[in-house]
Amino acid sequence: MAVGVEEVVKELRSTYTSGKTKTLEWRASQLKAIIRIATHHENEIVEALRSDLKKPELESFVHEICAVLSACKLALKELHRWMKPQKVKTSMTTFPASGEIVPEPLGVVLVISTWNYPFLLSLEPVIGAIAAGNVVVLKPSEVAPATSSVLSKLLGEYMDTTAVKVIEGAVPETTALLEQKWDKIFYTGSGKVGRIILAAAAKHLTPVVLELGGKCPVVVDANINLKVAARRIISGKWGCNSGQTCVSPDYVITTKEYASKLVDVLSAELENFYGKDPLQSKDLSSIINAHHFDRVTKLLDDEKVSGKIVFGGQQDKTNLKIAPTIILDVPDDSLIMNEEIFGPLLPIVTVNKIKESFDVINAKGKPLAAYLFTNDQKLKAEFIGSVSAGGITINDVALHFAEAGLPFGGVGESGMGAYHGKFSFDTFSHKKAVLQRGFGGDVAARYPPYAPWKLQFLKALLRGSILGVLRALLGW
Amino acid sequence: MEGLEGLRRTFRSGRTRGVDWRKAQLLALVKYLAENEAQILEALEQDLGKHPVEAYRDEIGLVKKSAEHSLLNIKKWMAPKKAQLPLLLFPSRAEVLPEPLGTVLIIGSWNFPFSLTLDPLIGAISAGNTVVIKPSELAPACSSLLCRTIPCYLDSEAIKIIEGGSDVAEQLLQHPWDKIFFTGSPRVGRTIMSAAAKHLTPVTLELGGKCPVILDSFSDSDFKVAVKRIASGKWGSCAGQACIGIDYVLVQQKFASLLVESLKSCIKRFYGENMEKLQNICRIVNNQHFDRICKFLEEPGVAASIVYGGSINREKLMIEPTILLDPPLDSQIMTEEIFGPLLPIITLDNIEESIDFINARPKPLTIYGFTKNGKLKEQILQETSSGSVVFNDSLIQFICDGLPFGGVGPSGFGRYHGKYSFDTFSHEKPVMHRTFFLELEPRHPPWNEFKMDFIRLAYKFDYVGLLLLLLGLRRMFTPNRSR
Repeated sequence: MAVGVEEVVKELRSTYTSGKTKTLEWRASQLKAIIRIATHHENEIVEALRSDLKKPELESFVHEICAVLSACKLALKELHRWMKPQKVKTSMTTFPASGEIVPEPLGVVLVISTWNYPFLLSLEPVIGAIAAGNVVVLKPSEVAPATSSVLSKLLGEYMDTTAVKVIEGAVPETTALLEQKWDKIFYTGSGKVGRIILAAAAKHLTPVVLELGGKCPVVVDANINLKVAARRIISGKWGCNSGQTCVSPDYVITTKEYASKLVDVLSAELENFYGKDPLQSKDLSSIINAHHFDRVTKLLDDEKVSGKIVFGGQQDKTNLKIAPTIILDVPDDSLIMNEEIFGPLLPIVTVNKIKESFDVINAKGKPLAAYLFTNDQKLKAEFIGSVSAGGITINDVALHFAEAGLPFGGVGESGMGAYHGKFSFDTFSHKKAVLQRGFGGDVAARYPPYAPWKLQFLKALLRGSILGVLRALLGW
Repeated sequence: MEGLEGLRRTFRSGRTRGVDWRKAQLLALVKYLAENEAQILEALEQDLGKHPVEAYRDEIGLVKKSAEHSLLNIKKWMAPKKAQLPLLLFPSRAEVLPEPLGTVLIIGSWNFPFSLTLDPLIGAISAGNTVVIKPSELAPACSSLLCRTIPCYLDSEAIKIIEGGSDVAEQLLQHPWDKIFFTGSPRVGRTIMSAAAKHLTPVTLELGGKCPVILDSFSDSDFKVAVKRIASGKWGSCAGQACIGIDYVLVQQKFASLLVESLKSCIKRFYGENMEKLQNICRIVNNQHFDRICKFLEEPGVAASIVYGGSINREKLMIEPTILLDPPLDSQIMTEEIFGPLLPIITLDNIEESIDFINARPKPLTIYGFTKNGKLKEQILQETSSGSVVFNDSLIQFICDGLPFGGVGPSGFGRYHGKYSFDTFSHEKPVMHRTFFLELEPRHPPWNEFKMDFIRLAYKFDYVGLLLLLLGLRRMFTPNRSR
């Protein structure tokens, strides 16, 4: 049970007040500790992920361990630059003055993570929080218990436990955590829980980052290198944790005439990748648990959907495996088109003209990501201009997630706030505005008693007109 | 609520996205200010007794400057920003494209009824959103003026003013906004954030707090300037009813009497000899706030600490600039935001004690440090936390377009002004462009040792290693044979 959450937070706050987490040395030492965790314990982590998700080793390595390592290394390399105050130009109105923006840590922050990338989505926010000089509580997801316990053990061994704590647990622990006052809450998960977290944060006026999901569409135009496109879609869908990924393609939109061609190529490449019996493939993750297995298969049981499976559909409840499944021409009012799938099912929606896809997308909540495969420059520009999404990748899938130079985060239903690279540092920092003034050039017009010339002077000053200022001063 | 669907429709039509529309609206706003100056000054006089010079400085001039700054920079702000990509992702390019959030709600406050509605509006327009503004009902003349006149200048299908009290605010909060921008108290801020949670609406909260002054020792001439700036930072902006107004002063014991004497003469010169001659200072907004402020003074320990002023005129809602020397620290005046013309002076043995004094209290919106001591400056910067820090002046951080304005902790979150206003009302959309040329096979399953090696090298950006791997094991590069 939620033993002593209050005490934990109290201890962390006193660590924070001591000021030790603010130094570059402390931050760097903790980032190095994470690098050691990820390099020295690769096997342990891979095993935990296999036990939780049957995640293939390569996926675990690329999507979780490597991603953590590269985020950590980037932060280590850039940290001294990120921490530097940034000079700001000041205007004539405040002359003589100098301005700068000083990043400062927020204080005691809470990271609530999720189960689909339980290692990465726990540690990448923690990296940002540490880089920015905060003390952190990490609450890994109880739905991926093996990884949760590995995280708790390794962070306890390697990191400064007076400043970084892992609290394992489920709803009661999370509830207890949310009652505390935090300086920031960083949550990855569902919109439903996101609302609860935001409401809890409101009581303490705590700023929140919500990394949610949504139905990420892939629009496939005709006349493209279909084989490459299909392979990229497959990699982003089934090759990413069997579709249990927030940036995975949720559904495809293509034209009526191109659909069958797309299905053919997708089917052929799926067979190339995962063999004739995908339930036996070691390269596919399983569904996380029975609850989610039932949720995903229920989407297929919908009578509007069940007759439209054109590929796959096999299920193995004992091993929690669902084969890559393609469903053609699902109606818009089916369950599968109104919920985030978060599993290995790929519905294909067909339209007469490819541009109609924009309306299909915009009729739903803003997704975390939107993808378009095309060679048509005009379509690209229109898509980027009129589709609102957390992020957009053209002619590939999910790759923007891997790019530290781009902010990663949602908009609308897919969340708020962004992270990755320097954006992680910013997310966990307060940008303190600092203005320095001297005592020279004190202007009487600022002070009462007010007179008409003072109004004239201020008008000129705010306009930035030197001539006007002179005129007002000289009384012209 | 009437008209909100219309705003969404306007947004969907895409018309607010064009730079021309945004510029036209900003220009119209500048025109509005120029043509309605007299009416605006009159409304401010009516609601708050604001002197025209103060009103121009804090409201009309400020908004105008903001709009002109936006007009000058908007194209640059709207342009996508290129992002650096590693060679590994070649050939591809990436950029961050700002896009409008949609339909946003701005809830203003009564102390600066024009700047705290129109300044955020400039950000919302610059970013291409459609907007509802709810001005504060506690400044009724200003609210009604905005409601009557703004539609004559701005695109009324995209920008609406909705007047009303808390019932209207409550109704508005039921709607799924794409952003809510609120200026006001932490209490209402909490309500707004809870309401926003239902729709996952991001919120900017511009709140307040007790903004302290740390006054170090100075030469005579500098001391005079510092006192003037403290006086105008306390009483010169809406009679202390300002979120960044000075709340209290921390000073060394030995300078306290000099400070009090200098402030007294400053007050007399600026605001008049006595209560009868009081001028150039705003009145209190209404009875409720008048009572709230007077109640501070009624506490016995506090009343005994008054060293100047303390007179009130309920009829005119005027409170004299009042100085208090060392009121009890557990009295309400020292635990609540004062938001009125009372200035407690707290004396310390050493000025360095001010750091602990401030840290023992909630994070303020601003700390004003009057000092020439570099070490003390560094201490204030590094060891305290606040929305902003100003050295040797007061209030002027608000007019710096280059500095983000906003709080931290209980003084709020989110920021605006200049480009930050644009950012606050934009979603920074990352866009990555790829081509079909050059497909790296090791990205795709079925997985094997070769692909694992490839990816290990790739993540190290070890291009030489990659090349060797590719050359040495070339046959594995064709997917058919790799199984």
